[in-house]
Parts: sequence; C-alpha cells; structure tokens
Amino acid sequence: MSLTFDPLLIAIVAPLALALAIALGLPKRWSVRLAYVAFAVPLLMALHVWYHFSDATQLGGYAFLTQYPTGLQALGISLKLGLNGISMPLFVLAGGVGFAAGLYALQSGAERLKLYLMLLLIMIGGLMGVFASVDIFYFYFFHELALIPTFIMVGIWGGRDRSYAAMKMTIYLTVGAMISLLGLIALYVKSGATSFDLIALRHHLAAHPLGETVQNNIFGLLMFGFGILVSLWPLHTWAPLGYGAAPSSAAMLHAGVLKKFGLYGLIQIAMPLLPAGLTHWAHPLAWLAVAGNVLVVGFITIAQRDLKQMIGYSSVMHMGYAFLGLATGSMLGVGGVVLLMVAHGFSVALLFLLATTVHHRTHTFTMDDMGGLAMKAPVLAAFFVAATFASIGLPGFANFWGELTIFVALWKFSPLITVLALAGVVISAIYGLRSAARIFFGQPATHFNEIAAQYPVKDLTWTEKAPALVLLVALLWVGFWPKSLSTAIDTALQPAAQTAARN
Amino acid sequence: MTLEAVKFAAADNLWSAIFPELLLGGLALLLLALEILLPKRLHAVIPDVAAAGVAGTLIGMLVNLQFTTGAMTFNGLLQHSTGGQLMRVFFLLCALLVFLLARVSLARQPMPRVEFYHIVLVVTATMMLLAQSNNFVMLFVALETLTIGLYILVAYFRTSTASLEAGLKYLVMGALSSGLLLFGIVLLYGVAGSPSLPSHTVEPLNYDELGRFLAGNPHNFLASLGIALVLAGIAFKIGAFPFQIWVPDVYQGAPTPVTAFLAVASKAAGFAVLLGLCGPGGPFASYGWLVTPALTAMAAATILFGNLAALTQSNVKRLIGLSGVSHAGFLLLGVVASSASPHAIGAVYFYLFAYLIASFTVFGVMVHVAGADDSDQQLDHYAGLARRNPFLATVLAVGLGSLAGIPPLAGFMGKFLIFVAAFEAGARWLLAVAAVGVVISIYYYFGWIKAAFFDTWVPPTDPAATPTGTPPGRTVKVTLAVLALLSIGLGFYQGPLGQWLTLR
Repeated sequence: MSLTFDPLLIAIVAPLALALAIALGLPKRWSVRLAYVAFAVPLLMALHVWYHFSDATQLGGYAFLTQYPTGLQALGISLKLGLNGISMPLFVLAGGVGFAAGLYALQSGAERLKLYLMLLLIMIGGLMGVFASVDIFYFYFFHELALIPTFIMVGIWGGRDRSYAAMKMTIYLTVGAMISLLGLIALYVKSGATSFDLIALRHHLAAHPLGETVQNNIFGLLMFGFGILVSLWPLHTWAPLGYGAAPSSAAMLHAGVLKKFGLYGLIQIAMPLLPAGLTHWAHPLAWLAVAGNVLVVGFITIAQRDLKQMIGYSSVMHMGYAFLGLATGSMLGVGGVVLLMVAHGFSVALLFLLATTVHHRTHTFTMDDMGGLAMKAPVLAAFFVAATFASIGLPGFANFWGELTIFVALWKFSPLITVLALAGVVISAIYGLRSAARIFFGQPATHFNEIAAQYPVKDLTWTEKAPALVLLVALLWVGFWPKSLSTAIDTALQPAAQTAARN
Repeated sequence: MTLEAVKFAAADNLWSAIFPELLLGGLALLLLALEILLPKRLHAVIPDVAAAGVAGTLIGMLVNLQFTTGAMTFNGLLQHSTGGQLMRVFFLLCALLVFLLARVSLARQPMPRVEFYHIVLVVTATMMLLAQSNNFVMLFVALETLTIGLYILVAYFRTSTASLEAGLKYLVMGALSSGLLLFGIVLLYGVAGSPSLPSHTVEPLNYDELGRFLAGNPHNFLASLGIALVLAGIAFKIGAFPFQIWVPDVYQGAPTPVTAFLAVASKAAGFAVLLGLCGPGGPFASYGWLVTPALTAMAAATILFGNLAALTQSNVKRLIGLSGVSHAGFLLLGVVASSASPHAIGAVYFYLFAYLIASFTVFGVMVHVAGADDSDQQLDHYAGLARRNPFLATVLAVGLGSLAGIPPLAGFMGKFLIFVAAFEAGARWLLAVAAVGVVISIYYYFGWIKAAFFDTWVPPTDPAATPTGTPPGRTVKVTLAVLALLSIGLGFYQGPLGQWLTLR
C-alpha cells in the first residue's frame, strides 16, 4: 500500500472515519465542528478530480486508478478505485449533494443530532465509494453501506407513517439489492474472468462474449434488480412513500444520488458487458418506462395534494426518461441519461430541501392549505420556481440537455414512444407550475393565514440558503456549460457504444 | 490383542497433538479441586481461573497453529487438518465468551457456579476432538460426551420450570438423534465389513477405509440407508429441517449463556462433522447422488422454515433460535456447494466465524436486558433501549445487522462467499431460495432493531413486568465493543483470514 495522495480514497474515508469517531463517543461539540470538514472534503476531492480529469493519466479508460488488497484477491476482489467519464460526473454529483445535505442537516437542529450526523456521514462515504469503485463487488458493497442508514433515518426522524414507510422501503430495496447481487454473481461466475474488476471483466468479455441466452438472463436479473432500486414501474411504490416520510437530508441524498446507483450499474456494467441482453430487453424496458413511469406515474403526480409526495412521484416519473435513454443503447441516448442523472440529482435534492423549508413556514405539506407565500418569502419563492423550471427541463438548467438528447436518440429508436414520452413533458409542466402557483401565489388559504398569524413567516435564512445555492449553482453551471461534463462522458461511452453496435 | 499389538498401537499416540484438549480437561478438574480447597470467600476467583486457562490455551493454540497439521494420530482416530485447527480456535473463543455471559447471567440466579464452568470446559474439549475425529467411534463418543454435557447445562437453572422442561425436551430429542446416528453407524459398519462385498474392509469405522469401501460400492442400499441415518442424526444437532422441532423451546428455556453455546458452538461442531463426512475427500463423497439432493432439499426447507417461523416470534430467545435454524440452512448451502466449488469450505468457515462474532454480540446484549426470569425475554422489553442504554443498542444493531447479512458487516461477507460458491456449484434454485430467505430475515431482524431504536407507541404494560436489566460492566463493555468492531472490520477488510480461507 503506497501512501500517495489518493483523492478518491480520502473522499470515501473522511466521512466514514468521522462516523466511526462519533460512534466511539466523540463529544457533540467536536462532532458538529468536524462534520463541516467531513462534509466538505468529499466535495473538494470531487472538484479536484473534475478539474484534473482531462489531464490525468488513464489506464483501461480509468483515471486516478489505485488498488488496495483486502484479503480476497483469490476471488478476484480488491478495493480498486478509479473514475471514468461516466462515474466522474456522478462522483461530483455525490460530493455536491452530500455537502448540501450535510449543511442542511447541521442547521436542522434534529433530535439526537450526533446519531443523525453519523448516519448521514456513513451514507456520504458509501455514495462516494459507489461511484469511485472499479470493482463491482465494492460497487455493490458501498451501495448497501449507503442504503442502510436511509432506513434507520426514515424510521427515527421520519414524518407521517415513518414506521411503515421504513419497513416497506427496507423490504423493497432489499429485494432489489438481492436480485442484482445474484445478477452480479452470475456475471462473475459465467464470465469465467475470475475477477470482479470491471476492467478485467471488460477485457475478458470482449475476447469471449457470453452466449445470448446467458446474456439475456443476467441482463434480466440486473434490469429488474436495479430497476427496483431506481423505482421502475410497477415496482416504484416504495419511493414516494419513503421520500414522503424521510427527513430532508436523507431524501436529498437518496433521491438525488443513491437512486442513481441502479442506472449507473446498468450503464457501467450491464450495457457494455451484456450488449445482446440490452437489445433483447430494450423494448420491454422502454414500454414499461414510457407507459408506467412517464404516463401512469405522471398522472398520479398531477393528482397529489402533498408537496413531498408530489416531488417523490415526480422523481419516479423522471426516472422513466432515464430508462428510455438507456433502452436506446446509443451513445447519444446513454450520454443523455448520464447528464440527466446529474441534473435530476441536483434538482430533486433542491426540491426536497425547499419543500422542508416551505414546511417550516407553513407547518403543512398539503398544498391546498398554502398560498401567497411569495409575498412573505420572495427569495424562497425564487429558488422554488427555479428548481421547478429545472425539473421541468427548461433551457438554461442542466435537465434540459439530458432530456433533449434522450428525446433525439429516442426518435431513432421508436417515434411512437418518443411522442408518448413528450406528453410527459406537458404533464410535468402541469404539476410543476401548478404546485409553484398554489404554494407561492394567489390568495393564502385560511389555514395558512392562521399559521402565519401564530408563527411570523421569515424568508430563507443564510443557513438554509447556502446549501440551496450550492445545488442551484451546480444546475446552472451544467445548464450553461454542459461541455464541462459531456466531453468526459463521450469518451467513456465510445467503446461501450461500439460493443453495443457490433451486436 | 497381544502386548505387542498394544505397544504398536500406543506408539502411534501423539499425546502432544491433543495437548489443548488435555489442558482443558485438567483445568476442569482443577476447578473442582479449587472449590474444595479454597475458602469460600475466595470462590469468586474460580471463574477467573477458568477464563485465564482457556485464554492461555487459546494463545498457545494460535502460536502453535501449524504444529500437528496434516498428522494422523491415535491409530487414525484423529486427523489434524487446518480446518480442525481453525475449529479448535473457534470453540475456545466460544468457551471464553460463554464464560463472560455466564458471569452476568449466573449472578442473578441462586445456583452453584463452579460446575457450570467445569461442564463448559469439558464440552469444549470434546467439541475440539469432535472436529478432528476421523473415526466413527471417536465421533460417537465425542458427540455423546458433548450432548450429555449440554443436557445438564440446558437444565442448569433447576428452579426454573422452563429450564427443566427444555432440558427434558433436549434429552428426549437428543436421545432419539443419538439413536438414529448410532443405527446409521452400525449399518455402515456391518455393510462395509461384509466379506461378500468388493473392497470390504476390516476397519469399517475409519473414515478413509469406509470411503474406500463406499467408492467401490456406489449404489449399495444398506450403505445409503446408513448414510441417510447418520445425516439425520447430525441434522438434529445443527437444527436443520425437519429435525429442528426442539430448537425454539430448548433455546427459550435454557439459560442464555447456554443458548449461545448451543446456537454457536454446538451448531458449528455439527458442521465440522458434516464437512468432514460430506466434503471433498470425506467418506461420503462417492455418494454424492444421495448426499447432495438430500442436503439440498434440507437446506432449502431449513432456510424457508427458519425464516418464516422466526417472523411471528415475540420472544427474542425463540426468535434467535429460529433465525439460527435459517443460518444452519445457509451453512448447509455451503456444504452442498463444497463438492463442486473450491471456495465453499473456506466460505463455510468464514460464515461460522462471522456468525460467532455476531451471535455473541447479540447474546451479550440479551443477558443485560434480561431480568430475573431468564426465559421471559420479549421484543417489547427492547423498546426504548437506544435511550436507556445507547451503547447496548448500537452494539445490538451491529450484531443483528451482521446476522441479517447487511453490508458492510462480516455476516454479509459470509453470505456473499457462500452465494458465490453456490453459484459456482450450480445450485441456482437453492440460491434463489436463499435470496428469498435473506429478504424475509431482514423483516424480523429489522423489527428488533426498530424496537430498540424507533420511538413507537407500545401498549401500556405493568411496569413491574418489564425487567430493568443489568448495566454492563467494564469487561463486558470492552468485549462487546471489540466484537462489534470485529464485525465491522471483517466486513471491510478480511485480510490474512480471508486470504487463507479463499486460497485453501
């Protein structure tokens, strides 16, 4: 083990180390102080690797490659860290949302704050690990590491129905994780590469591709396993419920980053290694996504009265676009998915954050009981409207580029599906704008008037504004300069798209 | 037998090879002697002597780990393998941890103490011999000594009806299983010694000789009946379906340290025997056509039964007992895979160690939450544990998480290694069943964690009915913390242990 500067390992270890220290009884004062550092370190490391990505030496398509033996080398498992063009944007996303969620948690004044911070730190450490892992065993391992705290956080600090929501989430996500684990084990054994290292697997499978049936079966396992984790319709019901009950920082991290794990796994592992499987499943996947996620869930979203539930459903709906882009299997479509993952991650995290700040002022999540908040909290209104625009996919925000490229790629795949998917844009405009109008404009509801009389409404404070600004700046940055991410994505997708095209 | 023959046989006795077992036996006798010799006020030192002796033996074992590896001693009664050495370390660790639990648990009962330690020592020594036996006589004698010791331990709280009932149940069931096992052994002995069959042998109880005979007669009816009965006898010990019927009652009634001993050490002993018999190179290896389907069906049924039955339990001792049944199923999955996958045996050993660490963490919390009535430990008693005693609650969560197989804990690595081995061996359907089992198990393990951590409404009960528990002492605290950290550490970094297990 060499002691060179390894930004990826630092980004993973820093939050985990503080979590361990808190578990071992670090006093509260120090926990809070050090938490600022531990939340910032992953973001700084992420920005560092982003900045140096283009001039870093690459090995097998990965930059910043390091390897640490953990004792299971005989099985082909070792902690191998590195970033390629697909994982780098998501690594940055994890760092950014992690920092924002951390800042928001620190000012939230939650009960049992130490435990809350500890779980959040474990989650962030796991998330950084998911996207930095080149070894697919650790890729899974870190995902689970990040997932477990979510359940506990929903159960302890959750809102309505927290116990039920925590249990439902746990069962659904464990099922998804188990199915994808079986898929990954199948891939490992069937490939004959005797290695969980993604680079080795790629090389081995490029020389000895798997038979078509095997590919179809393994892809099916991965698609449904990861699909549950990404809330593929009709296995999505845990998501709105869980997000509705989750405390805001957990919802931000889970909906914003952790949920992308499944898509990331499909893009990084399933697509390049099982190209025939993708071709086989592309149409069923696309129809599930467009009919289920986009249209059915889209209409359900319109019907929501509860702000947090609505954001939860809308995030399920946007995952439909991601699945559609994936189904095209083209470089354009999949590149769009990666951009959309980043954009959606920032925008949904921002929406969850703002939903909680709205709740602090209105003491309710029911949108009918609000109204006219813009007069009393104009900055909050501006942030919320911006986040809504981003989520709808207006130009200027990152989401626009993701959705646009997906639709262009989709037209080539199937014009009919494209037309249906475009209807989804209208749907999201309806619920997005309507919710902004109900909350911030028009006449205040009587309920809100009573609340406002009791607790005078203040605009966003700086402690709330800081994390929101981080997210909004990220959205605008990618919106105005998508090239800062897309160059890397393109290079990474080139070989993957070629293997897909060959079959 | 002439004097010459005895001398010849005795020349093969390498007494130093079983030095650890002899030490434990001597220590057990020393405890009894100390009880007579020491004045009453010094009796409190006897458990310390026992623990120090076991710790010393353990250190000696670890230093001399390679001492006798590969040798066969006592005329082929014992075979010293690396796996056997590992299991010896395992049982010594179990004994140490059981002593620790016993201190807390026995302190609340008006019972003589010294005999408890004495019996645990003897049982540990026989388990160590059992794991290395290479002959059915050795196997049976060791297994009986072990079981008789456990009869006494299960019924140790003689003023508690639950404990006595458990002891009786264990006695009846244990006698039945011994009978089955013995009948199986006798059948194998008779058929393998029959001169009318090819490759018959004069020493049919020796594993190697028996293996040679079975390989020469791959479809003998009597031999397969014998094998089936032997497997049934062992299935009783490990609590595999359909021989798990005694588990919940006995686990509930037995004193908690004994429950832990049964759940971990006794089960591991059964698996050591099973691996020795059915693993690659074992005597039953040539009867794979019988052993593999039988164990496969047993594993699937055990996983499903254990998990489904544990779902509805409200007594945590029953819950952990039934969840232990499902763990036996996962381990059986590893045994099934061992015929075709080179990684399976290492995976089973890793699983056993992860199970040891996690189980004793949970039992360590249980003895502290429990009140005077040892058999009455309800899930409701854990409500609000995180507020009353955050340390115990955290440790409990780690232990349960590891048992449930949640990454990044050691239990997950155990399950993962077994799953990989099972897939390599082609046991796809069994693997699917196991995956379902894991999901079900999450529900009740998580329910337990939920009870300890989440603030939920609990029906108002008589405050006197909820035991106040004992706050953990310093030694226990340190031990539990070390165990919890080991669970976490082994999940992240398997290090030399993982390397050694996966390469063998």
